[in-house]
Parts: sequence; C-alpha cells; structure tokens
Amino acid sequence: RYYEYMFGHSRRRTWGRGPLAARAEPELFQLQVVIEAGDPGCDRHPHLTSSEAYHLTVTEPVAILKASEVWGALRGLETFSQLVHEDDYGSFLVNESEINDFPRFAHRGVLLDTSRHYLPLKSILTNLDAMAFNKFNVLHWHIVDDQSFPYQSIYFPELSDKGAYSSNLIYTPTDVRLVIEYARLRGIRVIPEFDTPGHTQSWGKGQKDLLTPCYNGGQPTGSFGPVNPVWNTTYDFMTKFFKEISSVFPDKFIHLGGDEVDFSCWKSNPEVKEFMKKQGFGIDYAKLEAYYVQNILDIVSSYNKGQMVWQEVFDHKAQLKPDTVVQVWMANNYASELSRVTGAGFTAVLSAPWYLDYISYGQDWKKYYSVEPLNFPGSEEQKQLLIGGEACLWGEFVDATNLTPRLWPRASAVGERLWSSSNVTNLQDAYRRLTNHRCRML
Amino acid sequence: AENEPSWETPCTKLLIYVSTPGCDGFPSLDSNESYKLSVSKGSVLLSAETIWGALRGLETFSQLVGRDENGTYYINETEIVDFPRFPHRGLLLDTSRHYLPLKAILETLDVMAYNKFNVFHWHIVDDPSFPYESSTFPELSKQGAFNAMTHVYTASDVRTVIEYARLRGIRVIAEFDTPGHTLSWGPGAPGLLTPCYMGKAPSGVYGPINPIVNSTYQFVTSLFQEVSAVFPDFYLHLGGDEVDFTCWKSNPEIRAFMIEMGLGEDYKKLESFYIQRLLDIVSSLGKGYIVWQEVFDNDVKLRPDTIIHVWKENSMQYLKEMANVTRAGYRALLSAPWYLNRISYGQDWIEAYKVEPLNFEGVPEQKALVIGGEACMWGEYVDVTNLTPRLWPRGGAVAERLWSNETVRNVQDAYARLAEFRCTLLGRGVQAQPLYVGYCDHEFGGV
Repeated sequence: RYYEYMFGHSRRRTWGRGPLAARAEPELFQLQVVIEAGDPGCDRHPHLTSSEAYHLTVTEPVAILKASEVWGALRGLETFSQLVHEDDYGSFLVNESEINDFPRFAHRGVLLDTSRHYLPLKSILTNLDAMAFNKFNVLHWHIVDDQSFPYQSIYFPELSDKGAYSSNLIYTPTDVRLVIEYARLRGIRVIPEFDTPGHTQSWGKGQKDLLTPCYNGGQPTGSFGPVNPVWNTTYDFMTKFFKEISSVFPDKFIHLGGDEVDFSCWKSNPEVKEFMKKQGFGIDYAKLEAYYVQNILDIVSSYNKGQMVWQEVFDHKAQLKPDTVVQVWMANNYASELSRVTGAGFTAVLSAPWYLDYISYGQDWKKYYSVEPLNFPGSEEQKQLLIGGEACLWGEFVDATNLTPRLWPRASAVGERLWSSSNVTNLQDAYRRLTNHRCRML
Repeated sequence: AENEPSWETPCTKLLIYVSTPGCDGFPSLDSNESYKLSVSKGSVLLSAETIWGALRGLETFSQLVGRDENGTYYINETEIVDFPRFPHRGLLLDTSRHYLPLKAILETLDVMAYNKFNVFHWHIVDDPSFPYESSTFPELSKQGAFNAMTHVYTASDVRTVIEYARLRGIRVIAEFDTPGHTLSWGPGAPGLLTPCYMGKAPSGVYGPINPIVNSTYQFVTSLFQEVSAVFPDFYLHLGGDEVDFTCWKSNPEIRAFMIEMGLGEDYKKLESFYIQRLLDIVSSLGKGYIVWQEVFDNDVKLRPDTIIHVWKENSMQYLKEMANVTRAGYRALLSAPWYLNRISYGQDWIEAYKVEPLNFEGVPEQKALVIGGEACMWGEYVDVTNLTPRLWPRGGAVAERLWSNETVRNVQDAYARLAEFRCTLLGRGVQAQPLYVGYCDHEFGGV
C-alpha cells in the first residue's frame, strides 16, 4: 500500500522498467522494517496502550524502521512515505534522516455520524485512509441516533428494518467487519457509540416499548421521548443488545453516549413520575438519568468492556466505573470541565474546541491548531488523565457529497496537535507543511 | 374512483414549437425566455418565442417527470405559463485564486441550466494567477499562470466553454478586472504595473496598473481588442473594485502627475482617470460594460448604459446602494447578499432565498433598472475538490429568487422543493450537498 502511495503517481511514465545503470549519487535500495517486541501485534487489534513509537534511520544503502509493535511501524511507514519526494525529472529522493518519534496523546480520534446521513462504506474507508495519513488512531463511530438506525443488529433485525432511512442504507455485519478490519490494518481502533437514553427516536421504530410514551393532560400524545428507564424490559433489551455489540466490536471500549437527555417527556409520564417518588429522587430527573446510566454501565462492564461517555453523565453525577472515559464536548468553559473530570480521577478525551462540523469562512484550521489541550488548571497527575481528543464531524449537514473536503485537511490540524510535542505551534511553519500535506493527500 | 390514474396511450412525444428561429445565435440580455407547457391526455406541447425559452421549458418538463414504485414514468396533466422575473441571472466563478479544470466549469454550466441560470460571469484572472492564454500577449499566462502547461485556458478551452454555455442558453461574460487585482499581469507585461516605492527607491513590490503611462493604454487597447473578439457577448465586465491607493501614493512619478493634472490628493480622481479611458476604449470596440460598484461610488463619468454590480455587504447597506445606483439612472446587478463563498454553519440558503432585490426606497422606474443578480463563488478557499458541494444546492436559492415571482417566498415550501431537487441533482450525477438530515433514493457513492 505504501509503495503505491510513494511511487504510484510518478511523473515518470516508464516506471516498472529495470534499475538504471549505477549512478554517482548515493542510492537507497531498501527500507527494512524491524518489529522488536516478542508479540508484534500483527494479528491483534490496536488498543489504548499500544506502542506507537518508532525509530527511523534513513541512510544509504539501507534505511531502517524500528518499532516495538506493528502499530509503531505503521506510523513510521507513514512518516517515511512523506519523506520521499520526486524531483522534476522523475527521480525519487529522500534526505538522510534520523527520527525518533512517538505520539504525545494515545487517543487521537475522528468522530463520524452515520445517522443524520447514511455514509456509504466507500466514504468511511476513504476516511480511514485519510486518518492513517494523519496518524489518527481512533474511529469513533456514532452509528445510530434520532434520525436513522443503519446498524443491522443480529438479535434485533427490526431495529434497522424499521429504523434505517431505507432498506439499502444499512450496515450489515459484513460491512461492519470490513470497517473494523480496514481500520485495524491502519492501526485504527473502532469505538462504536450506541447513544442512550436520549438520541434514540429511531430505536423506537423497530423496538416497541423501549422509548418513553409522552403524555399531555393524562393522555399519551403518540410521540416518544428517551429510553424508558423504569421498565425492566428496557434493561432486558439492553443486556441482550450490548451482548451483541460487545462481541461484534473487538475494541475494549464502547461509547454509551448519555448526552442531551431531554427530561420533559419523562416528566409528563405518570409511570415515570411514580417511579421517581418510589426511588426518592424528588423532582431531580438527573438522578433518574444517572440511575439509568449506572445500570447500562453495569451491563456493559459485565461483558468486560470499558465505557466512554459524554460529559453530561459525569456532570449529572452518575456513578462511573474507575476506568470510564469522559468525553468533554461542551464548548463553554471546557477547560474548567477538564479540571473537574480529571480532578475527580477520571480519564478525559477532549472534543469541545474541535467540532469540525461548525464551518465558517476562512482559515479556521488555525484555531483548531492553536488549542493547547493541557491548558487547564490541574496537577501533573490530572494532566496525565487527559488521554487525547477527537475531531467531530456531526452529520446534520454532511454526507458523502461533502465529507472529505469538509473534514480534510482541517482535521489534520487536530491530528498534529494530538501527536506532536506541545512546542510545535508555529502557524506559518504549520501552514507550509499543511499545504504540502494537502497536495500529497490529493 | 375519481383519482384513479388513467393509463391511456402513454405520451411518446414532447412537441416543441419555437416561433422565432435563432438556434445559431447567442443568448443576450434581451432574449425572451418565456415558454408555455401544456400536458394533457394525448398531447405534450412546449411552445416558446425563442429557442432560449424552449430550453427553459425543457428543463421544467424534465423536472415534472416522475417515476412510480413500479418503475413507470409519468407526468401530471398541467398547464404552465412561465417567464423569468429578472433577465440577468448569473453565477460568478473565480479561476484565478484556484485554477478550475475545464470539466468543472462545464459541469457547473450543466447545473446552472438545471437552475435556469443564464449568465456565467467568468472572473478569469486576478492577483494570484493569470490562466487566460492570450494570443496577443502569450507571456501573460506563460509568466502569470500557476503552471503555464497545466493550469491555463487555451483559446480552444475558451471556445469550448462559450459554446457549451450557448447550447444551454447561458451567456459568458468575461471579467478582466483592472486596475486593481492585477498582480499576476505584472510578470508577463513588464512596465504595466505601478512600481511601489519605499522612500526614494523602488521597493521591488508592484501595485495596480500604472495609469499615467501611455504604454498602459496601448496595452489595454490591444488586450481588450482580443478579448472583445474572443467573447461574443455584448457585455464585458471590467472590474474596478478594491483599488489600493498606497502604491500609487508612494510613487514619485504618479505624485508628480497628480499635481500636474490638478487632482490634488484625491486618488479616486486618478482611478477615475484610468477607468474613463478604459471605458472609452471598450466602447469604441463596440462592447457594453459592467463594473463593480466602486466605479460608481467614486464618481467616475459613466455611459448611461453602464451596468453597476453591487457587491459590498455591510448590514443591508446594499439596498441603499441599489437605490443610489438606480436613482442615478444606471442599471443594477445585485450580488452583495449572495456571496456563496462565505460559508457558515447551518441552512444559510434560507438567508439567500429571503433576499428581496427590490426592497429599497425608489419609484417603479428605478426598480425597473434592476436587471437581476449573481451568486458569487469566490475562489480563495474553493477549487475542484469542493466547488460542486459548496455551490449546490445553495445556488438554487438564488436562482429561484431571480426567476420566480416575488410572491414565491415560503421557506418551508422552498425547503421541500429544494431538498427534492437536490436528490434530483444527485440522480443527474451532481455532487450536491445535503440541506439537512435525511436521505435520497439514490445516494452519492463517495469519493
């Protein structure tokens, strides 16, 4: 794959002929890739603690790329491919170099939303390629939401039968496996998000009695709200559903959502109100949300999966597991939120300043690049708990017609911020390298 | 039952009747684009004064044809009498900030036709690059294009664009913007641009076209002689926007000229001096012209048939400008609220749609001087990788505003129609982006 990236678009149309006669200049014949660990990881999936460090020595006649695990080798291969350039006569050149590289943050992700608009497989795979070019290592797949449910579930086929936009706009188990494997080969983890209890309108189409019926003046209105937290059937369903998800998605983590739960429907429902009384929650519906979330966290934990949640779950004081990862997304004063989350001992992932769906006129990549994730009040231990960030491309106004130009190269700014050292901040230099990188991605 | 479809003899023919021949001509500002479409049992008839009206009617007809679940094509009985509200409905593309391959321009012309746009305003050269291959001055593109081999429009390319447009009833109005926005002209035309000074010595940097030397006017005459011949439309766009006076002010020869001509410190008068001579040159070549609003704002003496292009947008001031321009008796084109390059989060097509070009204080005679408008897609952040999704379907909002009656402004109804039209565009192979959440029967497969 990397051979094609480096030499595939050569100006020289006669490539493929034998080697030229011996030249006077030093020549590089080979790149040797050495993976040092006993278990290089080639047959496994990457995870949060994988080693992505590599050492690259470019010198004649043989260049050496050394990494502890295959994931580091992939990163080094990408770097090497960026060092190779073509001159005006069709010769490929690379400078003598010695590079010792490793990522600053271990979690460097891109969020794609396949519910507001269906994204064809090709689009997702192209995006995984682009992510690899930018050393991103997590695809946060926000796969279902209010508008549509394209995930074809094995246990509950009705969910996509009734919930997808249409019968061909779904992801079959084969499709999902393809995405996971395509990502794996690029050292990218796939973390699926099944967001509940809010953002679930489409679930109700294929699963009767899952969502809360809303009431008005003692009568059901016919519309539904978030997942119903008071019925046992809800937890029976979630137990079975997350059993499937846990086996379909190999990553250690599943994202459970938990954002933007609108309490008004719960408040209108007599059974829910009754339940609130019984549990002694008073009129604090955040407690009901926490009750629900805690149950889901338990279910998912029992399948030996870690959980990621949006910040509301933490903010509304649900009891999280010690290794739950909190994703900070609300832009207002996110530095304080980071302090609070890490201050409480939880790991955090930052997205708030990186909502790439918020387009605006001009070179907005600069403001993404200028973010310093550790710029929040906190101790050394706290700062260690910020494990990285994610560029989010929500899908309200995005589908395959505009995804690639909207995401890239703006996301590259986030990619560098998450990989490179904190002192790599010069905008003019970044502009020069980013315009070059953009042409390379073309 | 009343509403049962009557599957009688399917219609097999669309009969088109055009009363005035003219298929070999070019569309113009005065072309009649009206048409009548009559669909009834046994007869489908499209009639128009001119071929240009027939083209508009054909587009409408193509949008009326639907397909049911069984795959049968059908069309409702209908009677349509249609004609545009404004005669000048344009789209500006900028091929200087980024080169646009021919294919991208041709595809844009296709989609313009689907939207009944009828003017392609080709902002072909500017500061960053000069891709227009001039036969009189080949050095201009040789030195001024991003890449003289790969990023140029040959004479053949230009002819292709003009003919492709003509076949769709679209006029091509070329803009050679001067005296500002001309940095790329410098390398291929030494002595054309004003050398800027730092104190007593030239700084090595250049500014707008030098208005005080005769060679400038010889050059301009020759260039526009060529441009007038190459582009058949009666109108040329001469630019005239955003002239930065700092370089002129720094140049001692120019300062001397100002004193000699009694222009004092008013460099607007120097700009006028240049523009007036340019307008005379272009007039003598038998062309009409369009200029950006600064030319009017700076009190340049204009011919009465000049068209003023209103583009400055600071909180609805453009309506005042429209009033001023038309009160002075000039025809006006509106672009200010339609800068589609100025993207923002959300459904910004709605703001473009809500614009009412005649919402300014003025008598009916003034309002009649508004001949239309143009959606502008400036190229600072746009090239072939993002042109189509950024342009469509947002451009459709402007197109409808310029064609349809002013009473057609219900946003919900427009949303429904534009969202469906977007799916139609996808079906026609156009990479138009979504308006909001949802899906089309035929999704775009992805690049």
